[in-house]
Amino acid sequence: MSDFSTLIFGRLTLDAIPYHEPILLITFAVMASAVIALLVVLTRYKVWGYLWSEWFTSIDHKRIGVMYMILGLVMLLRGFADAIMMRIQQAIAFGDSAGYLPPEHYDQIFTAHGVIMIFFVAMPFVVGLMNYIVPLQIGARDVAFPFLNNLSFWMTSAGAALIMVSLFIGEFAKSGWLAYPPLTGILQSPGVGVDYYIWSLQIAGVGTLLSGINFVVTIVKMRAPGMNMMKMPIFTWTALCTNILIVAAFPVLTAVMTLLSLDRYLGMNFFTNDLGGNAMMYVNLIWIWGHPEVYILILPIFGVFSEIVSTYSGKRLFGYSSMVYATLVITILSYLVWLHHFFTMGSGATVNSFFGITTMIISIPTGAKIFNWLFTMYRGRIQFEVPMLWTIGFMITFVIGGMTGVLLAVPPADFVLHNSLFLIAHFHNVIIGGVVFGTFAAITFWYPKVTGYKLEPFWGKVSFWCWFIGFYLAFMPLYMLGFMGVTRRMSHFDDPSLQIWFQVALGGAVLIGAGIISFLIQLYVSYKRRDSLRDETGDPWNGRTLEWSTSSPPPKYNFAFTPRVYDQDAWWHMKSNGFKHATAGFMAIHMPKNTAAGMVISGLSAAFGFAMIWHMWLIGGLTFVALIAAIIIHTFNYKRDYYIPAEEVEQVESKRTEVLA
Amino acid sequence: MSELSHNHDEHHADHHQEEGPHSSFSGYMLGFMASVFLTAIPFWLVMGDVFSSRNTTVLIILAFALVQILVHMVYFLHMNFQSEGGWTMLSLIFTVVLLFITLSGSLWVMYHMNVNMMPSMMSGGS
Repeated sequence: MSDFSTLIFGRLTLDAIPYHEPILLITFAVMASAVIALLVVLTRYKVWGYLWSEWFTSIDHKRIGVMYMILGLVMLLRGFADAIMMRIQQAIAFGDSAGYLPPEHYDQIFTAHGVIMIFFVAMPFVVGLMNYIVPLQIGARDVAFPFLNNLSFWMTSAGAALIMVSLFIGEFAKSGWLAYPPLTGILQSPGVGVDYYIWSLQIAGVGTLLSGINFVVTIVKMRAPGMNMMKMPIFTWTALCTNILIVAAFPVLTAVMTLLSLDRYLGMNFFTNDLGGNAMMYVNLIWIWGHPEVYILILPIFGVFSEIVSTYSGKRLFGYSSMVYATLVITILSYLVWLHHFFTMGSGATVNSFFGITTMIISIPTGAKIFNWLFTMYRGRIQFEVPMLWTIGFMITFVIGGMTGVLLAVPPADFVLHNSLFLIAHFHNVIIGGVVFGTFAAITFWYPKVTGYKLEPFWGKVSFWCWFIGFYLAFMPLYMLGFMGVTRRMSHFDDPSLQIWFQVALGGAVLIGAGIISFLIQLYVSYKRRDSLRDETGDPWNGRTLEWSTSSPPPKYNFAFTPRVYDQDAWWHMKSNGFKHATAGFMAIHMPKNTAAGMVISGLSAAFGFAMIWHMWLIGGLTFVALIAAIIIHTFNYKRDYYIPAEEVEQVESKRTEVLA
Repeated sequence: MSELSHNHDEHHADHHQEEGPHSSFSGYMLGFMASVFLTAIPFWLVMGDVFSSRNTTVLIILAFALVQILVHMVYFLHMNFQSEGGWTMLSLIFTVVLLFITLSGSLWVMYHMNVNMMPSMMSGGS
């Protein structure tokens, strides 16, 4: 290879394109044709200008929230494709059959599945929900730093894009989703897989951290007058705790990734086996981030269920303050349990029993929440809408997952079950049963607010039952296999008696796939029938919190007048005290202006990451300088705001008054 | 007119009153001088080989670092118990608790692991 091409392309050569792998080639062909078809359609209907000015450059928290949800949904399809490939491989690779995936490919698939599902499905879903709902619930017009919000979204997308690129240029990590050294050290993983992992997480991590700061400030500083801390809607409370966790935990991940990169790029020895390095320190540090991360995902979902249960039971949430305190206790405790992820590492009985006990203690506030939801439903007038189905499915499934979690918290039991399929079944039990069910519940619940029409319930029910039954079929066999001692991340088995369990699990995964497809059908069917499903009131479920006081979808400025809050269920209180929609006295509204800076900065970050992955030092240096320049240039942009004139506000609001009348 | 009529800008004005800078030239000077001394003394301790035991030097430097952090927080970040309605102090306490958990926990965990898993390293380590 010539010096020139090394200078430009680093270690990227044509060999890095996997054209000799039929599976990847077909995947690429399918994805490329889908993308091209999408581009053609978008061009044909001339929506590029609209997408650019109304969505991509938008710093409206509602638009950004929707974009986060779309990102999560797209990546869910990718992550699920990985899952079904693993299930098929494990169902057929017994004895003489090697299955259809070579081990090095299988290893990349399970790593990509874990990374994508946590960082690019669950996180975008959770952040997207908070984006859309929190400002509306606290009566604010946007988040505290609207531009940062747009930047956060594009940084997360840039990370996701890097992972997608790794599918067709080079390879992804083969190390499992947390990339433990020494396997991920430069000696054992000299390829680009781990570097893709590091840079995509670093870039997406900036986005997550920024939105964490953004939401803490938004919730602390921008609540409507009268809404003191104990009058905040419970979803906003859980969002606050989640964002505090993000701000406290994500820097640890960034630091650990940086140390690992120093090992890999500059030959340092933080986590190597030589010169005083200690790979166990990586495991220790990454779980100091990793355990709070679990609660970052689930806390807002607890908030979602609280809103749904009280709305569909037509009752005030039972035990509001105990819910708040339970959330706070979980926030603190989530920092005291990280060692339960590596009981077997050998810290001994004293350390293990401390962390075992703290882990079991976490189940107490969580259990209190379950009882609060049950007592909210008790003697309520429950409407069995689709979100309520997801909620009940969640309560049953999550309790089972919680109990297997307490079982794993017993160190001696953990020594038997560590890294077995029992563990896999446990965390899918709480993440699917919790985060995924909660996300679908939330989407169905707030969909009319976002689009102006409800989701069609039939396909929602089909989707729920497919997911619910599919989950049990897919993961109960894994519990059994775990008890039999089957370990995770295997691409081939010798014992033919195990095969039936994996075949059942494959059946479950297919059913879950049907659930995802039903959800997509539901979106399509609802769009087709949007006129009959239209919500004109803005309050289709007889809601309790402020987001339901706006029109569906809400105007750009959310609230023409900042509401004054007297009660924890602010909108319910307003309704029962004869609230009337304001018809006069509108004023011009101060709003932030759209900007393309977020896209430019994260595009340059992705290019910089790609260059670093492939050791293209020249391009890396140039993009880094450009990145810094873009940030500095953005700070000189003083045209960041505009006013919506009072006449326009009056026009929008009088239209709403007409609809309501 | 409804009960919604509370003005948004007015709401902002409430907040601005409590913020305001608590800084003064003498405050910054005091902080600056303190920082200089707190940096110079550890520098001298190392360069001048003041203590024969290395551990003593390290501990004293760490103590100076701690005071340095406090000086920065008080004189440059203007932190006190009242600012932002107590939120600053609350988040500081939270941060200190988490730092304590993370650092002491990591040391505790790693020490026990080394004792159990690599006893030979522990005895030859000092």
